[in-house]
Amino acid sequence: MNKRVLLLIPGVFFILMIGLLLFGLGRDPNMVPSALVNRPLPEFSLPDLVNTDVVIASQDLTGGGVLIINFWATWCPPCHIEHPYLVEISEREQDLTFIGVNYKDDLEDARLFLEEKGTPFEKVIVDLDGSLGIDFGLAGAPETFIVDSFGMIRYRHVGVINHQIWQETFEPVISRIK
Amino acid sequence: MRNFSLFCLLFFSCVFSVNAAIEVYQFDDESQEERFNTLIDQLRCPMCLNSNLSGSDAPIAADLRAEIHKQILDGRSNVQIIDFLTQRYGDFINYRPPLNPGTYLLWFGPLILLLTGLVIVWRIGRSSQKLSVSKLTTEEQEKLDNILADKK
Repeated sequence: MNKRVLLLIPGVFFILMIGLLLFGLGRDPNMVPSALVNRPLPEFSLPDLVNTDVVIASQDLTGGGVLIINFWATWCPPCHIEHPYLVEISEREQDLTFIGVNYKDDLEDARLFLEEKGTPFEKVIVDLDGSLGIDFGLAGAPETFIVDSFGMIRYRHVGVINHQIWQETFEPVISRIK
Repeated sequence: MRNFSLFCLLFFSCVFSVNAAIEVYQFDDESQEERFNTLIDQLRCPMCLNSNLSGSDAPIAADLRAEIHKQILDGRSNVQIIDFLTQRYGDFINYRPPLNPGTYLLWFGPLILLLTGLVIVWRIGRSSQKLSVSKLTTEEQEKLDNILADKK
């Protein structure tokens, strides 16, 4: 009897592994958990894109409401793809503050880009050497963070934002933290 | 001729791309360089999930290598550097995850599987040994011995 039970173990284990496999197949392998979620915004003071003599500090941004911080660059093709949608959504969602981080970019190219295509951002921070990117645990661009009015990071999105992603992932988080 | 120039083009573009991936870092002494190499082998690229920092061409991997280099020159210890990166990228960044309740299964899972396997093999081995023990009476055994002796 005891031996029979033992012989069942490989079978049970096999079924468990199949279950784990099916569970894993349904997940996006690029979904890396972010260490920054539910942690305060990293401290920084970096230049403003429009006038690099002006310094934007992290504490200047928080306290006013929900922030959407978007890392972008002109060298990043997906950023070009999501840009029109960001412009559209920033016009529609007036109570959110959109902050851009121009990530390791040519500043002149970046200014031209925003002039030509319109800007969704209230302010654009310059991160020339990518050090703010490292502080945010960035893997690449574009990435977007939702920060609540207490200055806590509540969500990290890797990749392009479009209408579906906005509705399915951003809106629930924003309505929860408002 | 066209093929040859195409070959040259491909060949040199390969050479250049290899050169592009090599960064030169200066260190104060050899032990710093050794620590740098160990760290970039042990830490994982956050972009291309299945490679370490030393093996990755992703821009973020280059940034992190530069950051590690800077921190080593600043005199920070390996633990401090790994802490710095873990705070930003989570345990994920480390190919050698720390031992905590969340990673017990990861660390001890294979050992548990091995032990379970050994127990099963041992149980099966023992029970089949029992079956093979001869149940012949002395009389039968004598008969058998005779038959075997005749064959010779």
